[in-house]
Amino acid sequence: MIRLEKRPSPSRVWAAMTPVLAVVATMIAGGFLFWMLGKDPLESIRTIFWDPLFHETFGPYSRPQLLVKAAPLILIAIGLSLGFRAGVWNIGAEGQYIMGAICGAGVGLAFFPADNPLIFPTMILAGALGGWAWAMIPGFLKVRFGTNEILVSLMLVYVAEALLASVSQGLLQNPDGMGFPGSRNFRDFPAAHNAEIFTNTGMHWGVVFAFVAVIFAYVLLTRHMLGFHVRLTGEAPRAARFAGVNPTRLVLFCLGTSGALAGMAGMFEVSGPAGQISIDFNSGYGFTAIIVAFLGRLHPIGILLAGLLMALTYIGGELAQLMLGLPAAAIQMFQGMLMFFLLAMDMLTNYRIRFSMKTA
Amino acid sequence: MDLSQINPILLLASLMVAATPILLAAIGEAVVEKAGVLNLGVEGMMITGAVVGFAITVNTDAPVLGFVCAAIAGAALSMLFGILTQYLLSNQVATGLGLTLFGLGVSSLIGKPYEGMKVTTLSKFEVPLLSDIPVIGPILFKHDPMVYVSILIIAATWYVLTHTRAGLILRGVGENHDAAHALGYKVIRVRLMAIAFGGACAGLGGAYISLVRVPQWVDGMTAGAGWIALAIVVFASWRPWRVLLGAYLFGGITVLQLNLQAAGVPVPVEVLASSPYIITILVLVAISMKGSHGAPGALGKIFHATH
Repeated sequence: MIRLEKRPSPSRVWAAMTPVLAVVATMIAGGFLFWMLGKDPLESIRTIFWDPLFHETFGPYSRPQLLVKAAPLILIAIGLSLGFRAGVWNIGAEGQYIMGAICGAGVGLAFFPADNPLIFPTMILAGALGGWAWAMIPGFLKVRFGTNEILVSLMLVYVAEALLASVSQGLLQNPDGMGFPGSRNFRDFPAAHNAEIFTNTGMHWGVVFAFVAVIFAYVLLTRHMLGFHVRLTGEAPRAARFAGVNPTRLVLFCLGTSGALAGMAGMFEVSGPAGQISIDFNSGYGFTAIIVAFLGRLHPIGILLAGLLMALTYIGGELAQLMLGLPAAAIQMFQGMLMFFLLAMDMLTNYRIRFSMKTA
Repeated sequence: MDLSQINPILLLASLMVAATPILLAAIGEAVVEKAGVLNLGVEGMMITGAVVGFAITVNTDAPVLGFVCAAIAGAALSMLFGILTQYLLSNQVATGLGLTLFGLGVSSLIGKPYEGMKVTTLSKFEVPLLSDIPVIGPILFKHDPMVYVSILIIAATWYVLTHTRAGLILRGVGENHDAAHALGYKVIRVRLMAIAFGGACAGLGGAYISLVRVPQWVDGMTAGAGWIALAIVVFASWRPWRVLLGAYLFGGITVLQLNLQAAGVPVPVEVLASSPYIITILVLVAISMKGSHGAPGALGKIFHATH
């Protein structure tokens, strides 16, 4: 008879071990999946996890991509992790990401073709504000009326997608684009272009902000009263209330921060790697970031590593598509599996497994 | 703009078709939540049901078999959620989200070869005599059998939940799992059955989209229907007949919105296209303004028997 026994406090060893175990389990299950799709499992796993970094021909091209893909994931996941720790479930980061991109790009394009060093900083601010405002809708509704933030933030993703379709064919459409949907390309607008800071490293301003966000979140959670309140609310809501935590302020802080970070991520993406506002520039980072946040154990350093790993599966997935003809959806499924294994193994952190002969 | 193009009889008839997928998913989720479990994976189970139902029907030309397999697929996927949350005690919100992401990936993988294919859809079933009544006949009695099946499911759920011992146990488990456990009821077993029922209903709802409503396979075709179903459960205050009301109201908005687009009303298409989502938000706000509205007591809480 197997019995679970709750640990007095979560095991630190297991908390660090479970993501590693989950990744290994996902590789095994993923290999099986690829084998069922008629691919060589070992070669598939090697193409996804090894070749993007160390392959002679592809490595130099895909290594910079690692930072490009990881930056938005880390930025968004850092914001989400604050809320998830406090039991505030913002799952509409995708919508905030889109709104940040629209606002940031809109402000930038309004100045076309001016050349002023203040344009780009203004765009960052506009992007953050756009995402913040979009996240404030569920935030305000939650604190004012007690409306469920999960459903509202998610519904707003679909509204943001409709808005994105609208502006890329209307308001922000390239006037010189001969009627094609999509805005001007930021590559032709140096003052607003989020270019690489060092060539061929993938290092753009979004990456810098992602690293800053990691450090900021780390300091906040370990050294600051507000971070303590965030953790306390998640772990012991009643104790938090007695300690004088203001739940309203906390909800607004968590949603606002995650919205602003997601908005910034969207703005960096659209003015740099994506290059323009188009109907489908968003590639689901807002949803993948949820997995990143959990894989990183809602801890800033963990999220940094998880973001890099998830970026690797994106790049490796593209490579596997190219080299082995692995369908793109297989990678999406692979990422979903990772989340499952992680949640399943989380049990080991909070519970002990006991084997006993007699039935309970 | 030509509003006279909109035929109210056709509008009301297509309302029932538009509402059925959400109706099915929502009644399943209502039962799951009544048992005290919050499964946010409805969208993932729906889309998996949609693709499985479609694939089976394309290969066998038997839509009924497609629906059955879609229900089985939905239930199978929900068991993944059930094992994780009930035995491995994982967080229900996170697991549900994971299920949705996983389901979207699985469906897109299975569905790739089926894109653009045609499928045998369910034939209409005209209720004898009743379908000949003018006005009411075409609105209510000339639908495919699944529309009636979905209403039967609502009626059966209502009866079981409110008039049987099984329903009483299920509600007890959802209100207070520790008390139910102390009385000797198998909390985990009851919950797993409820989760499987929810998964099967979501699968049916998804298959209805790909087999009747559209009928085609398009990647990501449920487009948030699963999330709207979750909102309708809240709107309905976890009561079966109100789920029916909520789903039909929502179906009405969707159909009206599409008709207005077709009639060329001078409202931007984006506003019309996002109106179902905006209205869902407004409804949620209105419901939450009323305050307490009977959510099951143990909803979303982890059950761990210590003795």
